Amino acid sequence: MQTEIIISGFGGQGALFAGQLLAYAAMDSGFEVTWIPSYGPEMRGGTANCTVIIADEEIGAPTVLNPRAVLALNLPSLDKYEPLVISGGVLVANASLINRPITRTDISAVMIPANEIAEEIGDKRLLNMVMLGALLGKLPVLPVEVIEKALQAHIPERHKRLLPSNYAALRRGMEFAAQVPSPIHS
Amino acid sequence: MELTAPTHVVYQRPESLADVPTSYCPGCTHGVAHRLVAEVLDEMGVRQNTIGVAPVGCSVFAYNFFDFDFVEAAHGRAPAMATGIKRLLPDRIVFTYQGDGDLASIGMGEIMHAAGRGENITVIFINNAIYGMTGGQMAPTTLPGQKTTSSPYGRDVEQAGFPLRMAELLANMDGSGYVVRRSLHDPKNIRLAKKAIRTAFEAQVRGLGFSLVELLSSCPTNWGLTPKDALTWIEEKMVPVYPLGDYKVAPSLASLKV
Amino acid sequence: MAKELLKGNVAMAEAAIRSGLQAYFGYPITPQTELLEWMAERMPLLGRTFLQAESEVAAINMVYGAACTGARVMSSSSSPGVSLMMEGISYIAGTELPVVLVDVVRGGPGLGNIAPSQGDYYQITKGGGHGDYFPIVLAPSNVQESIDLMVLAFDLAEKYRSIVVVMSDGNVGQIMEPAELPPFQPLKTVYPDWAVRGAENRAKRTLSSIYIKPDEEEVTNFRLLERWHEIEANELRYKEYFLDDAEIVVVGFGSSGRVAFSAVRAARAQGIPVGLLRPITLRPFPYAPLAELSKSAKAFLVVEMNAGQMLDDVQLAVAGRTPVEFYGRMGGMVPYQGEILAEIMRIASESIPLEGDPRHRWAQRVNYGRNGHK
Ligand SMILES: Cc1ncc(C[n+]2csc(CCOP(=O)(O)OP(=O)(O)O)c2C)c(N)n1
Ligand code: SF4
Repeated sequence: MQTEIIISGFGGQGALFAGQLLAYAAMDSGFEVTWIPSYGPEMRGGTANCTVIIADEEIGAPTVLNPRAVLALNLPSLDKYEPLVISGGVLVANASLINRPITRTDISAVMIPANEIAEEIGDKRLLNMVMLGALLGKLPVLPVEVIEKALQAHIPERHKRLLPSNYAALRRGMEFAAQVPSPIHS
Repeated sequence: MELTAPTHVVYQRPESLADVPTSYCPGCTHGVAHRLVAEVLDEMGVRQNTIGVAPVGCSVFAYNFFDFDFVEAAHGRAPAMATGIKRLLPDRIVFTYQGDGDLASIGMGEIMHAAGRGENITVIFINNAIYGMTGGQMAPTTLPGQKTTSSPYGRDVEQAGFPLRMAELLANMDGSGYVVRRSLHDPKNIRLAKKAIRTAFEAQVRGLGFSLVELLSSCPTNWGLTPKDALTWIEEKMVPVYPLGDYKVAPSLASLKV
Repeated sequence: MAKELLKGNVAMAEAAIRSGLQAYFGYPITPQTELLEWMAERMPLLGRTFLQAESEVAAINMVYGAACTGARVMSSSSSPGVSLMMEGISYIAGTELPVVLVDVVRGGPGLGNIAPSQGDYYQITKGGGHGDYFPIVLAPSNVQESIDLMVLAFDLAEKYRSIVVVMSDGNVGQIMEPAELPPFQPLKTVYPDWAVRGAENRAKRTLSSIYIKPDEEEVTNFRLLERWHEIEANELRYKEYFLDDAEIVVVGFGSSGRVAFSAVRAARAQGIPVGLLRPITLRPFPYAPLAELSKSAKAFLVVEMNAGQMLDDVQLAVAGRTPVEFYGRMGGMVPYQGEILAEIMRIASESIPLEGDPRHRWAQRVNYGRNGHK
């Protein structure tokens, strides 16, 4: 069994870090895991995305055409990945930066105002954690406690004081997503 | 309501610049340098007679941003490629546009010998004290103590040597006709830079040999500064190490009014 | 030691440091730069040499000089930079020096792009530089292998006084996976009897690749050849998956090897008798195991991220006994599992001709030029 998650946004939105956090948490829980970024000139203000695969057996291909879950932090990411999520999969989109609805009806879709929620918590940079929380609310790949432990273990020392607000962001995202109904047949 | 007032165009895209967005970061002065080159070529009326040689660096896509013939060289080899073109097409304006890694590191051999041969080409040399394209490594022009991703403790001159002053070096070559250093950190200096670029191309038209304009340029992204602070950094940190000035002006250029 | 989440490029750098690397010389180029940057950070702290050269030409010649002292030294680069190093590599081979080089291959030819590719297979495995020499070439497909092969590379380089190239690619360099780093080896204190370190109390030594008399050069060439035969006999490495009863044998290395693994596993789940041979040493190449498999297999499928370069070696091994098919992506494109799975299913249901050129058949099937990229 393996779960593939693509996290995609503008450079600087924290897509790559959110993916790394998931990878750390998966490793700490004894799973096989790969994290692979899109790399290159895109890092200059363009798009940044990564693919995380969590599995209970050896992982072959580290990228997939049709992921189980996508976190779209901006509109270009939604446009690119909405058609690719597998049927029955999960799509979390950042409503703060996206001015159109999700049109797929065969997937679990969450439009979450991640920027606003992050700002309410006190730091707009937490939007990636809100989005990650929303993923967990729809697709419990790992328990949120494991993600929190991974944050604590792998966040740089100078950022440790931000841990409580990171936890809050994860929980707020989760709660938001849990309230969004899933399509009947998934 | 109809607009009746006559339109006065005070600012528009030079014909030599293509109508496309560039790939440069916000606040990067590569774009300013492009515009100056384009304005000069327009004013000289030589757009259709010019061939550019793009380097490997952030300006690797320069051929997309200028609207005339262009070729793309291997890292550091632009002066050699320009030589090949100029020797076959001596009546065309041929110029290279190169960063400091491209020109002063991997391409040191090619630039020295182009100048030594008095190759009748023009070089626009962008000195931003860093490797932009590859994500902020040390360049030969990186300042002593400056932190980069490959000098994480600051450039230690004992280990990594001293900054190279290319304008001074190249001015020493008998083959060079016009070698100056300018900066892009404020409007006054940008105007002076444009004059120098014009003079350099005029030198080529007059067959005066190798011409080069070194431009102190910003890299807010890899310096980790805002665009505005990056301009201040040029003025305060770079200019003292890289003094602006004319290092070689062929006598017949001295009286040229541009 | 516990597993850590490590990026391929960084893991290779740290593995080299722990293998007792004494000096690193390199020049920035994507997608290899993290390796150089890790060296820039770590080597000075350990009191060892890190130097950013002015070019790859200089970097490899710095390595050449440093290797003459008998020290453990290396460089790393990516395709365009490795092309520039070819002169130095040939000199290093001719001087019989142990040197490790990492090539994190990217899309080409020319400036190409920075995406993962395997387009340097011919250049690296067949020599690349001028003259008669045989590099040892290792191809990791994941982070743990990147680490383990780095450690092995230094040992092989010194054992055989040979150049060893670790041929990675953009994906293996950029991926992060849990992996375990090796223990620290002490730095060398005893140097080989050929090392040039000053002739204090001994006769002078010289190191050179010049043999001006052809008969002497031939003796040297022959020594290199005999050493190569020894390497072929001792150092072949490859991995087998589901090959016991396989009727279709997939062959792929590095990144395309691991995608092929996914596809083979998925095909097995559907009952297709297919297996995978993943070469780890690209040179020496597993000719013999493939020849053996060709006696029982119904067909081979070679999967690469190039236009079919290793394909030539597989065809040499198979020697016309069994049909061979090819599937490739080029220019920095990486195949998805589904593409390779579709090829396996096709081969399982069709009869593949023994004659004809698999590269031509593939080009006709996929026609990227006309259909554009998927
Ligand atoms: C042979 C070779 N080595 C390395 C590289 C990678 N590379 C691309 S651009 C660059 C440096 C660019 O820096 P600079 O010339 O200062 O230009 P900037 O990007 O700062 O404008 C390097 C090292 C390459 N493309 N080819
Ligand atoms: S990386 Fe630096 S030099 Fe390159 S475009 Fe951005 S600001 Fe300009």
